[in-house]
Amino acid sequence: MWKEIILLVKKEAVLEWRQKYAINGILLYVVSTIFVAYLSMGAGKGNLGVPVWNALYWIIILFSSVNAVAKSFVQEHQGRQLYYYMIASPEAIILSKTIYNTLLTLVLALLGYLVFGLVFGNPVADQPLFLLNLLLGAIGFSASLTMVSAIASKASNNGTLMAILSFPVLIPILLMAIQVSKNAIDGLDREINLDKILTLLAINAIVAVSSYILFPYLWRS
Amino acid sequence: MKTYWWKILAILLLAYTIVAGLLIEVPRLPILNETIRALFFHVTMWFGMLLMLMVSVYYGVKHLRTGELRYDDLAVEFTNTAILFGVVGISTGMIWAKFTWGDYWTNDPKLNASAIGLLMYFAYLVLRNSLTDVYQRAKISAVYSIFAFAAFIPLIFILPRLTDSLHPGNGGNPGFNAYDMDSKLRTVFYPAIIGWTLLGAWISTLRVRYRRLERKLEDHLINQ
Repeated sequence: MWKEIILLVKKEAVLEWRQKYAINGILLYVVSTIFVAYLSMGAGKGNLGVPVWNALYWIIILFSSVNAVAKSFVQEHQGRQLYYYMIASPEAIILSKTIYNTLLTLVLALLGYLVFGLVFGNPVADQPLFLLNLLLGAIGFSASLTMVSAIASKASNNGTLMAILSFPVLIPILLMAIQVSKNAIDGLDREINLDKILTLLAINAIVAVSSYILFPYLWRS
Repeated sequence: MKTYWWKILAILLLAYTIVAGLLIEVPRLPILNETIRALFFHVTMWFGMLLMLMVSVYYGVKHLRTGELRYDDLAVEFTNTAILFGVVGISTGMIWAKFTWGDYWTNDPKLNASAIGLLMYFAYLVLRNSLTDVYQRAKISAVYSIFAFAAFIPLIFILPRLTDSLHPGNGGNPGFNAYDMDSKLRTVFYPAIIGWTLLGAWISTLRVRYRRLERKLEDHLINQ
């Protein structure tokens, strides 16, 4: 099982590497969105309040990860999907896609953090906690978005469907992540965040487990 | 009598709810006063909605296990009625909030949770409409509804912890939490929950029967 998953993750990475336009496109998407936000806020360094900084950052990450993950089931055509269907178990496929998308979302979030800090200034006081929170948020985002993109790929009218199906599901994760990252920016005592981080972990676990259980049904159709 | 006793029960319970709910002596609490009667008509909507969503998830699971369309009919119609209850609940709540809190919409965790829940299930309906094949539609929407429900449950528990609710009984507001809910209120509140839920089940089963007749007619036309 694990061997299969590692192999499939490698396959995703190689595939991404061969058609570089997709990954480059999404990276450019993050950078240009941040730049648009920067210009429209008309704010220089440090002029942005912490709540606004935080909310803007997470919204940009939300939209770019929706866009990044949306293609995970549509990029390969039917014939090849049938081939995977025959050689790999559905559990391995959903896990490998989730792991790969976590890495992708994490890269996006880190790049976004870098550029965001560059143009808006970086107010984060507790860096390790902020990064840990980014990791947890990326896991949650990719777990639910991978499942939703599998659902949306079965239907036509993909783009809209992807957004409306995923936003309500993502809200709990987003809210917890925003809270923790607000505390990390303010550099509050880590004790306060403990139960929030645990809740975030619990939501991630619920989402991951339910997609692990439900995906085989989707894959079979 | 064997099969429809619960419909009679629903009528009786709802008649009792309306008569007793409007007439019984209610405790005078500050701010709430007479509007405490919203407990029987507004709060019960949410209980009904959640119960019906659970039923819908149950039939969704059953559909995935057996692949039979009749379970899908039940799942979708219970979701539809749950959405109806949700919309009624949110609009009665908004009217009440306008007169009690002075605004139709406040940043209250319960309001937000219910709005997000409705967004989820509207998305569910859009998803259903975008699929044309009946079997595929049934399967995929069952998967999404179970997935959405799994994400919705933590939301109900998380949101109230983030900010205090303005709702009666929360955050030191007077109202009906476990301690000051009057035993007299309970005698109407619990029957009201059962009554409204039974009414919801009734609406759903009617719509399921309509759906089945429609399908039969279609099959008949095709096989002519």
